Amino acid sequence: MANASGQHTAFGPGPGAHGEEEHKHGAGLYIAGYILSLVLTAISFWLALTRAMPLGPLMLVLIILAGLQIVVQLFFFMHVTEGDGPPWHSMALLLGLIFTFAIALMSMWIMSFHYQVQ
Amino acid sequence: MAVMEHHLHEASGARRHLPMEYRDVHQSLRILGFWLFLATDMLLFACLFATYLVLRTHTDGGPTPRELFDVPGFTAETFILLTSSFTGGLATLAMRNGKKGQLIGWLAVTMLLGLSFVALEAQEFVKDALEGATMQRSAFLSSFFTLVGTHGSHVSVGIVWMFLTLLQVLRRGITPITARKVFIVNLYWHFLDVVWVFIFTIVYLSGVVM
Repeated sequence: MANASGQHTAFGPGPGAHGEEEHKHGAGLYIAGYILSLVLTAISFWLALTRAMPLGPLMLVLIILAGLQIVVQLFFFMHVTEGDGPPWHSMALLLGLIFTFAIALMSMWIMSFHYQVQ
Repeated sequence: MAVMEHHLHEASGARRHLPMEYRDVHQSLRILGFWLFLATDMLLFACLFATYLVLRTHTDGGPTPRELFDVPGFTAETFILLTSSFTGGLATLAMRNGKKGQLIGWLAVTMLLGLSFVALEAQEFVKDALEGATMQRSAFLSSFFTLVGTHGSHVSVGIVWMFLTLLQVLRRGITPITARKVFIVNLYWHFLDVVWVFIFTIVYLSGVVM
């Protein structure tokens, strides 16, 4: 199979090349992702705990910041763009995200008429 | 597209440039399957979030989110889980660089951080329950414990799973199969981090603000 022949070649020409390999595989990307996720979290906490904005806009900004965290995890940590075929997994994730937001937002919307069924 | 072209040429040579966990067609397929699982697991959380969003004001005279939530507590939980997602990423990186020792080290660090997260959460739940904020008290508390508890049990399962993966790496080294296992257990871990981001946004921070 493919793995038998490919197993060693991708680790570089020899043991001496390991230092370069590490750069090639990008520890920097992970560090950048970690810093970004900490900064986004710190902004969320700061905005909420100091009540820096009125409630409506604040919730919107918090949701946007959480959305950016999804992007950070997907692209910096989860290697969502990698793989060997058509990006079926991205389509599945996108569909899942659409359903998720639909379920959550539509539930809130429909239950905003809840005065009769409380 | 270049990606599609690689799919069409699955001769052994054409897959060499891929990361190790994708190099065997079967392992690659399992990774796709795992992404599909994550998409459906997301729907489980979608339903629990929807329930929480609808019921969070239904406190029935019992504790409100604002009275219940402990800011230093969930801040610590958040920091620990974000850091564990990073160390999980470093484990994947070590796996791709073929460094078994580093891989085992980062998996162990990630598991320890996961354990401290679960311990903090368990402590929080016990404290809430002792103060009378039990799951039965109100609809808000039922939905709160279900949502956050489901996430916590996912993390607990993740710790056990990561430990089993670690044992396999110890015994067999980094092979295409163990590489795939390390990769997907970390996908799961990053996914749980994303879910937690929404929990601290929608449950904790919103609860403290409102």
